[in-house]
Amino acid sequence: MNKPALKDWPLWEVFIRSKQGLDHKHCGSLHAADPAQALHMARDVYTRRQEGVSIWVVPSAAITASNPDDKGELFDPAADKIYRHPTFYEIPEEVGHM
Amino acid sequence: MKVPTDYLLHLADNAVVLGQRDAEWCGHGPVLEEDLALANISLDLIGQARLLYQLAATRLGNGATEDALAYFRGDTDFRNYTLLELPNSVALVGYAKTDMDYATTVVRNFLYSALMVLVWEALQDSPDTDLAAIAEKSLKESRYHLHHSADWVIKFGDGTEESHNRAQAAFDHLYPYTEEFWALNKFEQDAIANGTGVDVKTLRAAWESIIKETLDQATLALPTTKGHLPEGKNGRHSEHLSFLLGEMQSLARQHPGATW
Repeated sequence: MNKPALKDWPLWEVFIRSKQGLDHKHCGSLHAADPAQALHMARDVYTRRQEGVSIWVVPSAAITASNPDDKGELFDPAADKIYRHPTFYEIPEEVGHM
Repeated sequence: MKVPTDYLLHLADNAVVLGQRDAEWCGHGPVLEEDLALANISLDLIGQARLLYQLAATRLGNGATEDALAYFRGDTDFRNYTLLELPNSVALVGYAKTDMDYATTVVRNFLYSALMVLVWEALQDSPDTDLAAIAEKSLKESRYHLHHSADWVIKFGDGTEESHNRAQAAFDHLYPYTEEFWALNKFEQDAIANGTGVDVKTLRAAWESIIKETLDQATLALPTTKGHLPEGKNGRHSEHLSFLLGEMQSLARQHPGATW
């Protein structure tokens, strides 16, 4: 009875939207047999302390991720282009905080 | 209008005894996610028991407390269904040990939560407003317990040959104990008579259709009952309750009044 079932269960990434939040944030992953069960388990594992009001689960296999080894070529070129931050514009008073 | 206090204790004892049984899986669940799920269910049940014991204690007066009701009553004072005190395994004598069987746990939770969804729904309209408030809160929890257990019944029944056989064996073992649901006793009749309780017999058809529908999906067969009528709610229990209470009550009895 103690044979691990996990080997046969796909991995799911869990995204939770908190009560105040507008967006779903990644909060972890879990193993489950199917989407409905993944939702239930996400509820039990990740919302026990009222963390959320909405849950998404996504098969981990469906996510295409960038390769950490490509970090240099992907992200470093943006480092010296501070003019892409709109911090050089005068914001009119009536616009208020942006 | 107040429901008979024995009726409150019956509901509370059901919840605390099943909560204790489900809690036996804590740290031993088949997978991490299920371990947490079952511990959640167990805590829901113990939470329901607390509310009911607190209400019963207030009404009993004379210094009664929720702890005294849970920890300092003997087995024959407990009013829970016999079904809920049975071990998480196949039929055993009281002191025997074997591996816990998840199918047994899931099937029991299924049979009980299918009933409680209907019971809490009805008790939401009880003129005993304290009980109605507890019913409203508990209904949401029991609905989740029903989803959780029905999902596993279907997965086990419609799964591998071994999971199917274990689920069927659990139903064959446990289903006859549900006969106790429908045999009204004194405090149930009193509660029906003053309008505060629910006549469970009127819920039977709805309960059976939940069971039947899930069993069909799970490709499992509906077991037959064989005439035995358990009487746990009348205080006549199997030997298993004494062992369960021995474990549950020992700390409180060794250190009466201890706090965190």
